[in-house]
Order: sequence, then C-alpha cells, then structure tokens
Amino acid sequence: MEALVARAGLADLYEKVAKGERLSYADGLRLYRASDLTAVGALANVVRERMSGEATYYVRNLHINYTNICNKLCKFCSFYAPPGDPRGYVLTPADIVARLDEYRHQVIREIHMVAGINPKLPYQYYLDIIQAVRAARPEAQIKAFTMIELAQIARAAKKPLTDVLEDLKGAGLACVPGGGAEVFSDRVHEELFRAKLDNEGWFDVARDVHRVGLKSNATMLYGHIETVEEKVKHLLHIRELQDETKGFQCFVPLAFDPARTELDHIPVTTGQQNLREIAVARLLLDNFPHVKAFWIMITPQVAQLALWYGADDVDGTVSHYEITHALGTTSHHQVLSHEDLLDLISEAGRVPVERDALYNVMVEAPQADNAQASPQRPVNLEVLPPRC
Amino acid sequence: MSGNGVQRLKDVEARVMAGERLLAEDGLTLFEVTNLPWLAFLADSVRRRKCPEGQVTYVVGRIINYTNVCWVKCSFCAFYRLPGHQEGYVLSQEEIFQKIQELVNHGGTEVLFQGGLNPALKIDYYEDTFRAIKERFPVHIHGLSPAELIYLAKISHLSLRETLLRLKAAGLGTIPGGGAEILVDEVREHISPLKDTVEEWLDCMRTAHQVGIPSSATMMFGSVETAEQRVEHLLKLRSLQDETKGFTAFVAWNFQPAGTELGGKRASAFDYLRTMAVARLMLDNFDNIQASWLTQGPKVAQIALYYGVNDLGSTIFEERVVSAGGAKFMAAREEIERVIVDAGYIPRVRNTRYEVLV
Repeated sequence: MEALVARAGLADLYEKVAKGERLSYADGLRLYRASDLTAVGALANVVRERMSGEATYYVRNLHINYTNICNKLCKFCSFYAPPGDPRGYVLTPADIVARLDEYRHQVIREIHMVAGINPKLPYQYYLDIIQAVRAARPEAQIKAFTMIELAQIARAAKKPLTDVLEDLKGAGLACVPGGGAEVFSDRVHEELFRAKLDNEGWFDVARDVHRVGLKSNATMLYGHIETVEEKVKHLLHIRELQDETKGFQCFVPLAFDPARTELDHIPVTTGQQNLREIAVARLLLDNFPHVKAFWIMITPQVAQLALWYGADDVDGTVSHYEITHALGTTSHHQVLSHEDLLDLISEAGRVPVERDALYNVMVEAPQADNAQASPQRPVNLEVLPPRC
Repeated sequence: MSGNGVQRLKDVEARVMAGERLLAEDGLTLFEVTNLPWLAFLADSVRRRKCPEGQVTYVVGRIINYTNVCWVKCSFCAFYRLPGHQEGYVLSQEEIFQKIQELVNHGGTEVLFQGGLNPALKIDYYEDTFRAIKERFPVHIHGLSPAELIYLAKISHLSLRETLLRLKAAGLGTIPGGGAEILVDEVREHISPLKDTVEEWLDCMRTAHQVGIPSSATMMFGSVETAEQRVEHLLKLRSLQDETKGFTAFVAWNFQPAGTELGGKRASAFDYLRTMAVARLMLDNFDNIQASWLTQGPKVAQIALYYGVNDLGSTIFEERVVSAGGAKFMAAREEIERVIVDAGYIPRVRNTRYEVLV
C-alpha cells in the first residue's frame, strides 16, 4: 500500500485517510486528476473496509415510473415526453396495483417510485399511489420521489413541504431516493436543466426531508459537460448538509448515458470514470454510510469491480426500471436475479448482505404473501467470514 | 487469508519487486487473492518494467472468417457448421479481396485469417489465397491456429514443418495462438475432445517458431478448469517461450457459454482481471499482454490496462460494421484511442510483430 500510494504521489493523502482525517477541496481535485486509478481505488478501499468491512448490500426491489410526462425538458434525459406528446403516460393507482400483481410470487423489500414532473397531477394522486402500493405490498418499503418531484408535489398541494412530507409519511412513504441533484453548478444548471429546481432548491427540499425524519440518498450525474472542480464542489456541498442533518444513507454517482438525448455527441462514460467517481465519492464523503455502484448505469461487470474501489452497495434486482430502458442501449440488462446478485458479490470476494430500503439487514427471507415482515436487527459484521 | 497466507503474499510481492521468477505455488496463491488493488499494483509494476513509456498499442486489422465449415464439434463453439450443412460457406477470393481492400483503404495492416477445419481445403488453397493476397495488398497475414495447421498438414499429406515452410513462402507472417484453450489434456478431453492434444499444440508452436513464424499465445478460461490447471497452462507457455522466444503476446478470454453445448455461467469481470494480472506476473518472458475488447467490452478491457495489460489487440472488434461504411470504421479507432487516453496512457498503432508504427 505504501509503495502504491508513494508511486502515485498520494502518500500524504494515504496518511490522512489512515488517520480518518477529512479531505479538502484541493485533495478532491488531486484524486480526480491522479493518473493511477489503482492508488485512488486502494485509498477508497481503506475507507470502504473501515465503514462496512466485507459487507456488500443489496436489495430485492421493484421500480415503478408512474409517469413519463415532464415539463423540465432536461437535455440529458431521453425518458420524458413533454406535456401534450402522444407518448406520454400516467399510471393510475389501479395500473400500479396490476403491475405489483405481476410480481406477487417474488420477494420485494423496496418499491422505488420516481417519474417526470407532470403539472396536471393533483396532490391527491401522490397520496393515492403511495396508499395503493402500501395496501398491495404492505411488507415492502416505499422509496419515492426525487427532490424535484417533492417540490412539485408541494406546489400541487399548496401547502408547506414539511406538511406534505408528513402526509406522505402517513400514507406509507419510508424514504426518499435523492435524485435530481445532477451537478450543483449554476453553469451546468443553466446549460442543461434550467427549468428544474435550482441547486439551493434541492438542498432546501433535502433539509426538509431530513427534518421530518425521512432518510434520503444523494446523487450526482456525471459524464456530460461538468468539470472536475464542479464535481468536487458538489460532493463537498453534500458533505456539509450531511454534517448538519445526518439524513443521507447512501451516495449514488449516476453515469450519464448520452444515447437519444440532445447531448448524444458526448461519448459514453468509460470504466475508468465509473470506478473513479465511486472512489472519489467514498473518500470525500466521509460522513456517508454507503456508496452505491448502480449496475444499471455502469454494467454489472463494472459494478462488481467497484466493490474494490469504494462501493459497498450494488442496488438490487431493479425489476422494471424504465428510465434507462428508454435509453435503449442493449448493454443495460434490466434485471439481475437474486442468484446473479449473490454470485456477482461473492465472486468478488465480498459478503452479500441483503437489506431493506433503510439498510436494515434481512436475515431470513419472509414469504412474499406474508402480511408483515419485520426488519431484523443488523448483523454483527465481525461474525461474518473474514476475507482472504 | 491466515497469518501464514499473508506471509506468502508478502513473499510473492517481494519476489515480483525484485524481478524474480514466480513458481507454480505462487500462481496458486495469486489465484486465491481477492484484493484487486493489490493485484493491480503488482501486475502494473511488471508492466511498467516491460513498457516504461506508458504506451498502449493496438493494430488496425480485420478478421476474415474464410470458412465456417468444421467437423471438430467443440462444445464451447457457436460458430461452426458441419460439412454438408446448408449454412456452411467458403469465401471466394473476390470476397476476400473486397474485405482486404476496405481494410487497406483505412490504413489497416493485419488480416486475421481464421476459419474451421474444412476437409475440402488443402494446402494449395491456402498457398494460392495467400499469394494472391500478397500480390495485391501490402498487408500482414496472421492466420491459421494450430488446430487448423495440424489438420491441414494431415489432409495435405505433409509434415507440419513442411506445411509451415510452404505457407511462410506463400506469405503467412504470424500465427494466432487460438485453440490453446487450457493446455491440460483432461480439460481438453472434456471441452474439445476431437481437437489437438497439449503436445500437438505445443509442438506446432515450437515448429512454427523454429521456422521463423512467431505467434501469440491464448488461454480460454472459465469453463471447467481449476486454478491449478490455469497455472499449469501459464507455465507450459512460459517454458516454451524460454525455449523459442517466439511468442509475441499473451491473450486470455473467458469462455462464452451462450449458444454452446457446454453451457454454464460466464466467468465474471473480477475473475478476468485477476487472471490477466496473474498472467502478467507468471509470464515474465512475455513482452505483451493483450486485453480482449471483443469478449470483455470496452469498459472492462480499459480497466484491464491497470492489471498488466499493454495492448488492446485489433480493431476487429468492429468487424460487423466495417462493411457498413468507413466512417464507423474510423469511429472504432477513435473509440479505442479515447479509451486508452482516458486511462492515462499513450495510444500507439503497431504491426502484427508488435513494432510501433505511429
């Protein structure tokens, strides 16, 4: 390790990381610019193993994208249909229940619902779909609505966001996915997603989410027009809010896929970039419990390798995800079976740990038709088999 | 790994850093390691010694699958058609010339000439074809794996040496090391029982190297072999290389189970990178380790550049689109160069003998 980081000129960062010291803005830039990815990955692995040991978290989950109608017209998106477009759809609560019914024989711990910003949907719709899912799959936790959707829901409700969040919690919302962060830069915001909630707006929503006791993730969309400086600022901004609220569970770097977007001249992210984003995030976000390798965006192969570059979570089975399905690249397999996930993790020498949406560790699989499955207490990682 | 195991790893690391040769048991130890950054560090240390300039090479070439007729019935192959099958084909010289013309138009230098074991094609077919290619085009012919050569010698009633000399005289430049699979007879009996034995494969390479035809060496892992058998494979290649110095590069790919009789699961990206790193460490007398873009995809092939790999092979990965238009062909070169630069290396075009051209 010493020889590796010395060769890469990162010995001082290794010293900081080993002592658990916080890394600075300048350190972040160096990590992005260091030519030796192996050294950056090895540093991230030190933090990953200190925080999670060998554990790699996964969840058996299902995605529901309740509408593709969206008035934000973000340049990096190929999923949306603008209002009035014949391709637009809205799933009714009954449609959603029918979709869930297709999966009635499968264990589902988490139902992930995100969608477009559809100004026609009334407040009651959001409460109705949460309640419908809750009634259909009471044992599954509902993780729904990006910060952008939450701002829209509050607008539709015409009441304060904290009140809205209490209503949604009451209806069955368990946590929030944290998308829509993109990159916190006024320049990028102006260029790519000017109609969307601005950067401070994202933080205001996240702060309220955490204030009412809901956990969320945080994301960063990379691989478009952002600079290294903007990415480091983004990560440090999120780290600051986490210091304040402790409400983030997991950070998810999202790789931009240019196909069929207005930015299709930009090449697809490389494996090097995918691993580096995970590693740098793991190193800078010292107050985040988890960093996720979202295999849908970076391929299952790279997600597996990421388990040695800072990631301790691979998301899950991700049944029925439509946002990258709409991107249409054939390399994005849409579902990994439970067995595939277990193999992917254990072949990399890590220990698979099944979680629910709130990172409670699942020890025994409840039956899908059981009314209530209670989350088990966390596993003591010291009793898990040590790695080679 | 136990305390004892940690000591073994330290010993291996010390020996790699000192530039000493690793033993079979070291190979086995390395195949048990799960710490990827450590493996990358070790393999990359050797790579830096072998190519201090930080270059990654590739060759502009295309594959010509001149026939798909084959009677060997390897259980891992989805390409072959048995003699007499209606989907069997042999390309005409005109078709071959057209493909090579497209390659030459785009600055290509390497024709990978590879097919099945077709009982209708004897040595005069190859001599005629190679001569006709060399008369028309300034390209390097990289062709005929050992299984094809052994079979060709047999049906042409020639010794292997004579076959190789005649093919060399007709224009054959180098031989791809395909068909090595795993050089352990009990594995070969299971996955390709009708193909050449380990001794036949090694003899063929030895003879080729002796008559002045260099070759690459390959390994197909992830079917039924054990870690011991992978190590045995690497050591057989290393020992022949000590003797002949005729191997230009080592390439490994994982068994692709889809559509094959053998079936089963595809080896993971983790296994691929570990295998490449172990190969770089064990094959101390090989100058070049090549990643298989075609089987791993660009993301994993790029990451392999941190695991001892210094070559990305041929632009054949875009074979499907070569005919569709020159623009896409150039895009393939741009893409390979982008990936190399993105990983922090300098892209260089080479010829089939691994001499840097541009």
